[in-house]
Amino acid sequence: MSDLAPKPLIPVPRGPVPEAPPPRKRAMVELTIDGQKVSVPEGSTILDAARQLGIDTPTLCFLETLAPVNVCRVCVVELEGSRVLVPACSRKAEPGMSIKTDSERVRLSRRMVLEFLASSVDVSTAPQFPGYAKRYGADPERFGSKAETVAQPPKIDNDLYVRDYSKCILCYKCVEACGVDAQNTFAIAVAGRGFDAHISTEFDTPLTNSACVYCGNCIGVCPTGALMFKSEYDMRQAGTWNESRQTKTDTICPYCGVGCVLTVHEQDGSIVKITSPLDQSVTHGNLCIKGRFGYRFVEVEKPRKK
Amino acid sequence: MDIHFTADQPSAEEKAAVDQELGAPETGWDGGQRHVASDGRVAFGGHDAGSHRHKLLPALHAVQEHIGWISPGAINYISQRLGLPPAEVYGVASFYQLFSLTKRPPVVAHVCEDIACMTRGSEEVCRKLENKLGPAGKPCMGGKAAWLRSPCLGLCERAPAALVSAAGKSPRERVLAPATADGIEELLREGIDGKLPAESDALSMKASIPQAGSANLVLLRRLGKSSATSLDEYRKSDGYEALRKAIEIGPEAVVREVIDSKLLGRGGAAFPTGKKWEALLNQRKRGRPHYVICNADESEPGTFKDRVVMEGDPFAVLEGMTIAALATGAKKGYIYLRGEYPFAAERLAHAISAARKAGLLGENILGRGLNFDIELRRGAGAYICGEETALFNSIEGYRGEPRNKPPFPTQAGLFRQPTSVNNVETLINVPEIIRMGGTAYAKIGTTNSAGYRLWCVCGHVARPGVYETPFGGTLRELIQMAGGVAGNGRLQAVLLGGAAGAFVTPKELDVPLTFEGTRAIGATLGSGVVMLFDDSVDLKKILLRIARFFRDETCGQCVPCRVGVVRQQETLERLIAQKPLGTTETEVRMLREMGQAMRDASICGLGQTASSALESALNRWSIFS
Amino acid sequence: MLWGSNARETHPIFFHHLLQGVRKGAKLYVIDPRRTTSAQWADAWLGLDVGTDISLANAMGREIIAAGLAHKRFIEHATSGFEEYKKHVEKYTLERAERETGVPAEAIRQTAHAYAKAERAELCWTLGITEHHNAVDNVVALINLALLTGHIGRYASGVNPLRGQNNVQGGGDMGAIPDRFPGFQHVENDEIRAKFEAAYGRKIDPQKGLHLSGMFEAMEHGELTCLYVLGENPVDSEADRNRAKRLMGGLEFMVVQDLFYTETAALADVVLPAAAGWCETEGTVTSSERRVQRVRVAVPPPPGVRDDIEIVYDLARRMGHEWGPPKAECIWDEVRSLSPMHGGMSYKRLEEMGGIQWPCYDESHPGEIFLHGRLWADPLIGPRAPFSCVEQEPPADRLDKDYPIRLTTGRRLDSYNTNVQSGKFSSPLRREETLDISPEDGTKYNVREGEKVRVSSRRGSVIAPVRFDPGLRPGLAFLTGHFHDQVATNDLTIDAVDPKSGTSEFKATAIRIEKHSAN
Ligand SMILES: Cc1cc2nc3c(=O)[nH]c(=O)nc-3n(C[C@H](O)[C@H](O)[C@H](O)COP(=O)(O)O)c2cc1C
Ligand code: SF4
Ligand code: SF4
Ligand code: SF4
Ligand code: FES
Ligand code: FES
Repeated sequence: MSDLAPKPLIPVPRGPVPEAPPPRKRAMVELTIDGQKVSVPEGSTILDAARQLGIDTPTLCFLETLAPVNVCRVCVVELEGSRVLVPACSRKAEPGMSIKTDSERVRLSRRMVLEFLASSVDVSTAPQFPGYAKRYGADPERFGSKAETVAQPPKIDNDLYVRDYSKCILCYKCVEACGVDAQNTFAIAVAGRGFDAHISTEFDTPLTNSACVYCGNCIGVCPTGALMFKSEYDMRQAGTWNESRQTKTDTICPYCGVGCVLTVHEQDGSIVKITSPLDQSVTHGNLCIKGRFGYRFVEVEKPRKK
Repeated sequence: MDIHFTADQPSAEEKAAVDQELGAPETGWDGGQRHVASDGRVAFGGHDAGSHRHKLLPALHAVQEHIGWISPGAINYISQRLGLPPAEVYGVASFYQLFSLTKRPPVVAHVCEDIACMTRGSEEVCRKLENKLGPAGKPCMGGKAAWLRSPCLGLCERAPAALVSAAGKSPRERVLAPATADGIEELLREGIDGKLPAESDALSMKASIPQAGSANLVLLRRLGKSSATSLDEYRKSDGYEALRKAIEIGPEAVVREVIDSKLLGRGGAAFPTGKKWEALLNQRKRGRPHYVICNADESEPGTFKDRVVMEGDPFAVLEGMTIAALATGAKKGYIYLRGEYPFAAERLAHAISAARKAGLLGENILGRGLNFDIELRRGAGAYICGEETALFNSIEGYRGEPRNKPPFPTQAGLFRQPTSVNNVETLINVPEIIRMGGTAYAKIGTTNSAGYRLWCVCGHVARPGVYETPFGGTLRELIQMAGGVAGNGRLQAVLLGGAAGAFVTPKELDVPLTFEGTRAIGATLGSGVVMLFDDSVDLKKILLRIARFFRDETCGQCVPCRVGVVRQQETLERLIAQKPLGTTETEVRMLREMGQAMRDASICGLGQTASSALESALNRWSIFS
Repeated sequence: MLWGSNARETHPIFFHHLLQGVRKGAKLYVIDPRRTTSAQWADAWLGLDVGTDISLANAMGREIIAAGLAHKRFIEHATSGFEEYKKHVEKYTLERAERETGVPAEAIRQTAHAYAKAERAELCWTLGITEHHNAVDNVVALINLALLTGHIGRYASGVNPLRGQNNVQGGGDMGAIPDRFPGFQHVENDEIRAKFEAAYGRKIDPQKGLHLSGMFEAMEHGELTCLYVLGENPVDSEADRNRAKRLMGGLEFMVVQDLFYTETAALADVVLPAAAGWCETEGTVTSSERRVQRVRVAVPPPPGVRDDIEIVYDLARRMGHEWGPPKAECIWDEVRSLSPMHGGMSYKRLEEMGGIQWPCYDESHPGEIFLHGRLWADPLIGPRAPFSCVEQEPPADRLDKDYPIRLTTGRRLDSYNTNVQSGKFSSPLRREETLDISPEDGTKYNVREGEKVRVSSRRGSVIAPVRFDPGLRPGLAFLTGHFHDQVATNDLTIDAVDPKSGTSEFKATAIRIEKHSAN
C-alpha cells in the first residue's frame, strides 16, 4: 500500500527555531552521604545523589524507565534519625539528610536480601548477582539444601519467549512494563500472596490465551533471565549461547514510521535477539512485536538469491 | 482501554450477583445488552472507564457470597463491568483468603487454630473434624461443604472459635464460639439444608465484657446496657452530645482538644491522633478531598476489642468518625471492617442507616452545614490490609500491598489524597475527650500514656474478655481483675501485643501497662493483647504457629519479609526437631540476623515485627538448648 | 484526536507516548468507523460511516465557528480564506452530519467543543484518511480544523500524519515523489533545477514524473514499457491486483531489486537481490516525526546479496559513469549540500544527537521539534495558511442492493503490509485472514464464526472465513491486506485513485457476502 500523504505546507519557510517550554526550575537539596556533602535537584532520590558521588549502590527492582516499586530492598541505606533503613531507589533526598551506605546494618540487610533471593530463586542467569554476592559475602547455602524455593518447570507456550519463573525474584518490573509504565496491556499481574506470590496471567492461562501482545517489553526489563527470548533460551539449552562472540549494533526498525531504535545482537553472523536502549527518547527501551521479533525475515531465507 | 478476555463466559447467576452490587450495565460495551444503533456509533470510556476500580472488592465479595467461588467467567464479567484487565482482577482476587478461585462447596466452616484457641482445645476440634469430615480444604458431606483451618477469628474470649458461611441467593453467616466438632458439623448441615437464619448471632455482651455494667466504665459504659440497635438509647446515654459540642467549637478547637488530650492511636503504632488530624486540617485550603477511615480490620491474633465495641456500641464509632470528619474537613469516610465479622457488619450497617435517617450522617448534619457520609467496606481475609497503606490499596481495588512511606497517609493516602486512619478504639475515645475536655482527659492515666485503654485478655485466664482500665495499672493487676491464671494455674508466659508483640515471663508481671512501661522491658502494648499461657503449653509450638501466621499473612511484596518469614519458620522447625544445620547456636544466630534484616529492611510493620515475638522468647528463655 | 488511525496496533510505540499523556490526564478522541483497540482507550469514540470524514470535519468546523470557539486572533494573523470557509461549511449542520456520518449530533458537538477548547490539541491521522479517492480533500478538511482553532505550530499542538512505513517520510524527503528533488524542492522550479543541474553536470527533465497510479495508467496506454522496481511489491499491494499483474506482466522489460523473491519479482526479467537496508547496510531513515536516524550494518548480508547503493553504483559504472566508492555517507553529504533542510545533519551530529528532526539548516541548528511555528511569528513569516473548501463526496464504490456492505481494510499489530517481512516469524498473535463482520450481520446472513463465505465486489470475489467483531456494526466489514495467499483482498478493492496524491481507495469497497457451498 502506498502511503503518500499530501504535504500542503511543505517546504516550510524558515522561521524561529521552535522550542519546548523550559523545564521547571528545581531547587537544590543538600545532603550528606558517607560524610561527603552533595547537592541534587529537588525530587532526586538518594540513589541519584549517591550516583553523583560515584557511590555504587546495588539495585534489582529499580530501572530508570519504570516507577520505583522499592520491593527488593537491596538498595537500602541508613538514614540518620530513621528507625528503619530506607530504600535509596525511591526515597527522595531531603535537605540535611545524613546517610550511610556501607554501615554494618546496611551490609547485613543487603547480604540477607541476596541470600534470601539466591536461596529461593535460580539466579544463574541474573547478570548482576555474582558481583553483588561477592561484594556482600552472601552465602545462600547456609539455609541448607531443604530451603523452600520457587523451582518449577519453565513455561514454553509460544515461539517467541520463555517464562521460567524459577528464576523470578518478583521485582515487579515486567508487570510495570506490561502495565502503566509502558505497554498498558496488562497481560500479567502479581497473583497469590506471600511466598506464593507470583507473576501470572488470569488463572495462569497460557500466554497465547491471554492479553499478551508479544512486545517483549517485559523481557527487556527482566533482571534475571526469568523472561527470555526463545532464541536465547534455545541457544543456551544447546550450549551455543556465547556473549563473547556477540556484537551489538544500533539501527532503526524496518517496520512502521515511529522509527524505534533497535539494538541488534549478532552472534556468528546471525541476529540472536533485539533490544532497545533505555535512554532512547523514542522507545525508552520498548518495542512492539514487529520491531522485537520481526527480524526473522533476514535470517529465514538466507541465502535469498534467486 | 483495550481489554482482552478469555473465552470463559459468566453464568446468569454470576452476572446477577455482580449487577446487584454494581447496578445494571449501561451499554453493550460494559457488559449489557448491545444496542447497535447507539453502541455502534459512539462509546464513551477513557478516563471514566477505569474510575470504578474501588468497587472491585465489593464485586468480588458479591460473587463469592452468592456462588461460593469466583470462576474465570465471573472474573471476565467483573473486568468488563469495571473496565479492568482480567489479569489484574485475578491478581487482586487471589490476594484474599476468603475468595476461592477454584470450585468449592458453597458451605464452608473456617475453624480457628490460632494461638488463643490452641490454649482452649482447637487442636482437638480440628482432629475430630478430620476424623468426621476428612482433611481440611477437601469437600465433605457429599461434596456440599468443606472446612478450613483459619487464623485468629477475633473471637478469642470465646475460644475455640469457628465461622460458617453458606453461599447462595441469600448468603448466610454464623459464628460458633466456643466451637465443638459436633457443633460445626451441625451448622454445616443447616447451611446445606438452607436452615441458617438470616440474622447473625447476637453474641452476649456479658460473656465478652466481664466488667459490663460496672459503674466506673467509660468507653464500655453502654455495652450490654443500652441497645446497640437503638439510636434513641444511644442519644439518651450522652450520645451525639460530643458531636454537637464539636460543631459548636469548630474544627480548630476540636483538633486542639485532641492534641491536648495526648491521645495516642490504639491500633498499634501509638501515633498522636491530634497531630494526624492537624496535618489534614492544615491542608484544607488546597482544595483536595480528605478522607477519614476507621480501621476495623482487627486481625492481630488475640485481638477482639474492636469487634466487641462495634457489636455493642456502633453509634459511638460513627460519632467518633463524624467528629474526625469535622476536624479534618473530610466529606467521606470508610469503615474497613474485617471480612470475618458478620455480626459487626450487620450492626454497623444498621447504625449507619439509622444515623442517616436521623440526619446524623449525610448532608447538613444536625442542620449545621456539616456534610459527611460513611461507607462500610468488608475485607476478605488478609491481616495485612489492617496496615493503613495496604488498606488504601484494598479499598481502591488493588492488591493489599503496603506502600512505602513517605509519603504519609496524611499527605497522600486513600486515592492519593490526605487521609486520617484511626483505629476503632481510638475513635470511641474522641467523644469522651470532647465531652470532658482535652486537658482533663490527659490527666487520666500516666504522663506519657493518657486516658483509657481496652485490653484483650485471653488464653489461660479465668475470665477472658475485653477489659477497660485507665492507663497505669500493672500486668499483675489486670490478670487479677480477669480472675487470675486458668489452665493448670501455673503461668508460664504472657504474650503482650499479639503476634507482632512480645512474650514476658511471670517475673515481669509488675510491668506497668503503659507505652513507656512496656517499652522499658523490650515489649509493646500493640493492640492491647494480653494472652496467658500456663506451663503445660509447649511454647515452641506457639512460636511456630506465630511464625506460620506471618508466613501466611505476608503480602509477599518485599524480599526480606517474603523470604525471611519462610526461612524463619524453617529454622524454627529444624530447631524444634533438634536437627540444626551446624549447631543450635549458629541457627539462633541466623534467626537473629534474619530478624535484624526483616526489622531494618522490610517495607511495613508486618515484616518489621515478624520476628519480635520469637526474639523476645529467645531473649527470655533458652528454649532451644 | 486520532482520526482514521488505529495507532495502538499500527504505531504501537507512538501509542505508548500517547498513553503517557492520557495517564497524565489528556483526553483522547478517536474517530474511526470501527471501534478499534485505539478507540477503546478514547474518552469518546465516534463511529462514522466510511468515507464521510469531510462531512464530519466540516460540521465540526461549523459548530466551532457557531459556538464562538474559533481562534480569531490566529485566523486573522496567519490564515487566508476564512470567510469563504465559513460560508462553505454553513450547510454542514450537525443534523446533516448526523445523517451522513451516522454519528449522533450531540457527540459531534461535544468533540468539536473539546477540540476547540483544549489548551493544546494534536490531530493525528493515518491511512483511514488517506486511502480514499479524495485523500487530499480529507486531509485539508482536517487541517481546516487546526487552522480554525490555532492548534498548529505550537508545542504539543499540531497536525500529525502518522507514517505507516519506516522510511516513507525519508523517501519523500529524498525526492521519491514525482515532482520533487530532495528536500521537497520543486522539479519545475527553474532556479532549483539549475542548482541540481550544476551539481550533477547535466540537464534534468523539467517535466515532473509520474506517481504510481499514473505509471499504471501509462502502462495501460503503452506509454511506459520498461520498469525498474526497487523494494516494492505492487502485485500484492496495488488496489486492483489483477490489473497490476496484467500490466506488469506485459512490460517489455522489468528489473526488480528486492530482498525477496516477491510476486512482482516473479514477473521480472532481471531480479537483483538486495541487502536489508535496516541491518545489512549503512545509511539513514526518516521517521514519522521527521527524525533522521542512522541505520547500520549489524549482520553481514547473505552471500551474493548486495547493498542497494552498490548495485546502483555498479549500474552507473556499466553505463559509463564512475561515481566513486559506494559509501552511504558520501551520498548523504551530497544530499546535505543540495537540500537546505538537511544541511546541518552530518553523520557525526546524527550519531551524537541520536537523530535530528528536519529542518536542520546548519551544524549549529538543533533541528525542529515541531513545524509551522512561523505562523505565530509576529510579523508572520512566509505565506498565510489557506483554508480550503471541500465537499463531502461518498466513496467511489457505491453501496446498492447488490453490494450492500461496506468493506474497509487495515492492519494488524503483528503484521505489516503484504507480510513478506512480518510473515517470517512465528507470531502467536497471527491468525488466518478472516472477514470480520458484526455479530448482527452474522445472524442476518445466517453464517457462523469460522464459516467460509464468498465475498464479492464489483471486481472480483474471494473466499474467506467469518469472524465476529463487536467493534463493527451491521453493514460494515473488515479485511487486512496481509495474507494474499489466503485471501487476496486486492482482488476486491477498487483502484479509484486520488488525482492529487495517487493513493487508492483501499478503505471503501462495496461488497456482498454469500454462503459458500463448499464448506
Ligand atoms: C501488619 C499490620 C496490621 C495492622 N492491623 C491493624 C488493624 O487491624 N487495626 C488497626 O487499627 N491498626 C492496624 N495496624 C496499624 C495501622 O497501620 C495504623 O497505624 C492504625 O490503624 C492507625 O490508627 P490509630 O492511630 O488509631 O492506631 C496494623 C499495622 C500493621 C503493620
Ligand atoms: S519475571 Fe523477571 S521482571 Fe518479572 S518479576 Fe520476575 S524477575 Fe522481575
Ligand atoms: S518497533 Fe514497532 S512501533 Fe517501533 S518502529 Fe518498529 S514497528 Fe514501529
Ligand atoms: S514487610 Fe511483608 S507484609 Fe510488609 S510490605 Fe513487605 S512483604 Fe509485604
Ligand atoms: S532497588 Fe531499591 S528496593 Fe529494589
Ligand atoms: S479466635 Fe482463635 S485465636 Fe483468636
